[in-house]
Amino acid sequence: MSTPPQPVIKCESVYKIFGDNAVKMLEQSGGKIETAALLEAGCVIGVNNASFEVHKGEMLVIMGLSGSGKSTLLRCISRLIDTTAGDIFIDGEDLLAMNAKELINIRRNKMGMVFQSFALQPHKTVLENIAFPLEVKGISTTDSMDRAMEMVNLVELTGRENDFPHQLSGGQQQRVGIARSLAVEPDIWFLDEPFSALDPLIRKEMQDEFLRLQSVLNKTILFVTHDFDEALRLADRIAIMKDGVIVQIDTPANIVLNPATEYVAKFTREVPRERVLSCQNIMEKYDASAKVSDITVSTDAIIETVAEAVLTEQQPVAVTDDEGKIVGVLNSKTIIHVLFGEASSMPVNN
Amino acid sequence: MHYFTEHKWIQFAALFAVFFVLVMAIDPATGGNFWRLQETSFWLLPDVVNDGLKFLIDDWWVVETYDAELDLTEESTMMKEFTRGLSGVLLFSINLIRELLLGGVKTVVAFTSWDFISEHEWARIPALPWPAVAAGTFLLGHYLGGRNLAILAGTSTIYIAVFGQWTPAMQTLSFVLVTVPLSVFLGLTLGVIAFKNKTFESILAPLLNVAQSMPHFSYLIPVVVFFGIGDHAGAVSTIIFATPPMIRLTILGLKKVSPEVLEAGMMSGCNPRQLMFRVLIPTARHDILIGVNQVIMQCLAMAVIASFIGAKGLGYDLLVSLNMLKIGQALELGVSIVLIAVVLDKLSLAWANKQVDYFANLPFHLRNKYSLTFLGILIFTSVIAYVASMFFPDKANYLYFIHESQGLTTEKFWDFIVDWIITNTYHSVQSFNFFMTTSILMPMKEAYLSMPVAATLLLVAGTGYIVGGLRSALVVTAFIAFIALTPWWDRALITAYMTTFAVIISVIIGCSVGILCSRSPRATKVILLVCDTLQTFPSFVYLIPVIMLFGVSDLSVLIAVIVYATIPATRYTVEGLSKVPQTLQDAGSMSGVNRTQRLLKIELPLAFPHIMLGINQTVIFSLFMVIIGAFIGTDDLGQLIMLSLSEANGMGQGIVLGLCVAFIGLAVDHLIHTWAEQRKKVLGVA
Repeated sequence: MSTPPQPVIKCESVYKIFGDNAVKMLEQSGGKIETAALLEAGCVIGVNNASFEVHKGEMLVIMGLSGSGKSTLLRCISRLIDTTAGDIFIDGEDLLAMNAKELINIRRNKMGMVFQSFALQPHKTVLENIAFPLEVKGISTTDSMDRAMEMVNLVELTGRENDFPHQLSGGQQQRVGIARSLAVEPDIWFLDEPFSALDPLIRKEMQDEFLRLQSVLNKTILFVTHDFDEALRLADRIAIMKDGVIVQIDTPANIVLNPATEYVAKFTREVPRERVLSCQNIMEKYDASAKVSDITVSTDAIIETVAEAVLTEQQPVAVTDDEGKIVGVLNSKTIIHVLFGEASSMPVNN
Repeated sequence: MHYFTEHKWIQFAALFAVFFVLVMAIDPATGGNFWRLQETSFWLLPDVVNDGLKFLIDDWWVVETYDAELDLTEESTMMKEFTRGLSGVLLFSINLIRELLLGGVKTVVAFTSWDFISEHEWARIPALPWPAVAAGTFLLGHYLGGRNLAILAGTSTIYIAVFGQWTPAMQTLSFVLVTVPLSVFLGLTLGVIAFKNKTFESILAPLLNVAQSMPHFSYLIPVVVFFGIGDHAGAVSTIIFATPPMIRLTILGLKKVSPEVLEAGMMSGCNPRQLMFRVLIPTARHDILIGVNQVIMQCLAMAVIASFIGAKGLGYDLLVSLNMLKIGQALELGVSIVLIAVVLDKLSLAWANKQVDYFANLPFHLRNKYSLTFLGILIFTSVIAYVASMFFPDKANYLYFIHESQGLTTEKFWDFIVDWIITNTYHSVQSFNFFMTTSILMPMKEAYLSMPVAATLLLVAGTGYIVGGLRSALVVTAFIAFIALTPWWDRALITAYMTTFAVIISVIIGCSVGILCSRSPRATKVILLVCDTLQTFPSFVYLIPVIMLFGVSDLSVLIAVIVYATIPATRYTVEGLSKVPQTLQDAGSMSGVNRTQRLLKIELPLAFPHIMLGINQTVIFSLFMVIIGAFIGTDDLGQLIMLSLSEANGMGQGIVLGLCVAFIGLAVDHLIHTWAEQRKKVLGVA
């Protein structure tokens, strides 16, 4: 087996502790973090021992309610705030050891970030806002503007490039925010609750738009949200945070099927499972002797999309992998169970 | 007892009761320190200040300087060298702009010598023909803000030229064009430092408070001592006066920038310098622009007052014509000052809002069409002017330069009107004047002067305590006690009486007008526009029509003060009422309130904290104007400040007097702010 590729983002025991005494207490305890003592001293633990990796092209969604530390974690990884303890590596480079110049350099070339409140500069036009990171980098005005115009087209704001932010709707403003964050062609894309300030319908539209962009661009993404449904829709993997701790980090399907704690279960209980699970998650073992129906479904197919077809068949339906090999079968019984059954009694295979 | 602590009006009633008992009980003849504080060593404070400043100038940090022309080594002090250097730079900049506009030789002299000038006749900067300048301002207005601005800027320039005020107006303009950028730069720099450094901010904040409540005149006195008399001294005092609001608004604006915009800047890879100049300052530009606007207004207001210490220009001419009671001339000069203020204000705003077209891709002549047009006009008008002077060598050249005596004037007309008003209304104005003076003003003044100092201090301390607790009581008592300790307590009482009178009338007029106007959205817009415009007028201008109508008396000062101070009262009332949240209005409507109930039960209580801030402004404006009124002739602190300007050792006295005025303002400011903050918290509208 070849060595696994280097993760793009790697966090090891990241802590962020707020409070005037935090630094002093850490010095006293010799760098060891004693949570109880810190809390007693009036400190607030924003991020508590977070460790995870994000690989190239992967989208990790950090989900948590307000105050869970999700935005704090994102700001640690973008180094907008200083991490109290732990290590963060970007493409194997120690982020926390970088000096100001290196940090600016990595931000100018490798990172882009989208903000909840859009964070556009009110006095700049759409075009100027998008071109800003390029101008800061020292690219000539002509080139910046040409590149910015490409981005305007990419986020489908053509014709609005000379408008000011206050003339745009929320969704349009966030398109500008997205375009700005992508202008320097970053490898890593941070999104801090980008769609939370939008109306539900617009939010749905923007999520689709976002998925479209990602399918074209294939960035490494860290996406923060408080909306569990949004996390399920977008994520390759989800990290659920509570009180600064990552309580579970897994694929959406696994989180829905195996919530690690009662807290996670509270989110998963109401989730329509047929929209999250794929055939692979619930298929049964294929017995070569058994009869199967004429139609087949793919392992990646979401249950919702195949349920009707499977239910109308008399025989179990074969599940095939990418090469067309049958790897399992779907019974109408299992489908009915997914659609209407109790969460706790799910037959599960991973 | 519970009732007493719960209800502030009962506490106030009790306080007033004690106050009146004290007023009755303390007899002027036998009251001693209770009546007026007796002379103490504190009275030496002005002398101490004097000696301190003298030491700074004459004895501190002695350095040797070498004079190349005389080949002599002289002893001087660092302070003298510093002020000399600064004066030189300022004077050179003012002269440069002035001579570009008006022509002259001083700039050339600065690089050569007077001998060189007398030998070479060509060695002088020629004046720009006024039509070229008018066309220039027209083009600039068009470039920055389109047709309307162009017309405003162009016609203002033409007015100034045609009415024969070219020389003084250009002198004022050159003065302002140097002081405004310097004040803006200084204010922005200090504001940015204060924003980055908390310690610096906490040192700066109280200084700004005092600086902003010192009357204009008190700035002049130390400046004269350090810098002498002339345009440079005027410029220094103007810069000192105009910078504090710029600092304050810079800090305010930078603090208001949302943290996410800052983060977005950091994530775009800004270095600290780019973050400040390309993210923070531009995003905070709204407040910073208000700062620039304030600076322009303050500079023009001060340009008039700085003429007391030798700044040339419209202000100086205005002072002279007011002194000679040439009302018509004063009025024309006043209009010029106002026009310059309005045009500069609008041009600077338009400049800040200017948009850039990145994809225009224009050829050279179109890209530079404004500069090329101006160049063309400049050449054309110069040729015309030159040709005209060849053809009519003996006549005045109206196409080149209109001298004061050659300009159009409506002076006669205004003087006629004034004469007419005086002859026709003499009796009614006089009887009004007489009535006001004998039945209201004099008794009020007497009443103020008959307050024993102990009773006044108790009243002040008590008010402070009721409004803001022990801390406020201590703060305001300290401010007022400082004044009581100086020899000028009676003068301060007169200032206080005039201010109180003006504030009461201003607030009544301002609030009524404000309430009436806020009833209709259109009236709201109109009145805000009127307030905006009136605020651009330098305070001195307000004296002109009042003197014109009422002559020289205490009453006319008070009327000018009232007109001036009514602006903030009106403005804040309108703003406060229009800011009442719509949801609360709707909640009121659904409870079935009628118009009167809506105003009394919903709008006024909610708008009250904001209106109080307006009243606070009214107090400060009144104080400033009462002091300026000394120019017409009053017998309060202002008159003494004016006097110390001309006294040899008046510097210490002037500064302490200025502090007295500032402290009255600061005490009121502290009380109103504390109270308004509390109310805002209670109402949840902070």
